[in-house]
Amino acid sequence: MKVIVQEGLFDPYQVTRDYEARCLPVGKHGAVVTFVGTMRDFNDGHNVSAMFLEHYPGMTERHIEAVCQEAAEKWDVIDALVLHRHGDISVSEPIVLVAVWSAHRAHAFDACRYIINYLKERAPFWKREATTQGHQRWVEHNTEDPGVNSQGTKQKTA
Amino acid sequence: MNITVRYFANMRDRMGRAEDSVAVDGETITVEELWGRVSPQQTLPANVLIAVNMEYTDASRALKNGDEVAFFPPVTGG
Repeated sequence: MKVIVQEGLFDPYQVTRDYEARCLPVGKHGAVVTFVGTMRDFNDGHNVSAMFLEHYPGMTERHIEAVCQEAAEKWDVIDALVLHRHGDISVSEPIVLVAVWSAHRAHAFDACRYIINYLKERAPFWKREATTQGHQRWVEHNTEDPGVNSQGTKQKTA
Repeated sequence: MNITVRYFANMRDRMGRAEDSVAVDGETITVEELWGRVSPQQTLPANVLIAVNMEYTDASRALKNGDEVAFFPPVTGG
């Protein structure tokens, strides 16, 4: 398993392909699930033009690694890769990649969801947004995924 | 004993600094007592998260020489 916290733009699909070619045993996985979190141009009722992502070096990596380890204990995970950016981020750019390889899709889906959900809850990152009105503000909390309940099943939003 | 105190995000803005080094006389000090040293004018905000040596903990945690304590707001990564 690999956790990378880095500054600067990356291509999550290229990173996933390169990691798979370099690190995964041939023919053992039947599923790879990737989650890519990207930057919206809106948040909490405001138009957002850019973002700065602060982190706590050392603690961040440690807690993402712990979440990946927990996922590997709960599901049959062959390998997992997490890459999370810090620093300046522009609209539509990727912020985070979670890739999970497993023999079967259910394990890959569940482990990937677990990693991104608990990363958002525990990894010490803080977003500071610049609004299109020229204001800077710290994001006070992550938004709930409005289409998903706690069991992880899709709900229609009104 | 010496304790390193770090502040992140809006806690750094609020404190006006990123870090303190606190020398403590005596045997023990808790995180809450440490906060009283670095911010005597203000009680510890309710939603602040606390880490000691990069692990989450609470304000009752007793500190030892060389500990690194961090105060920061709820996390917003991902």
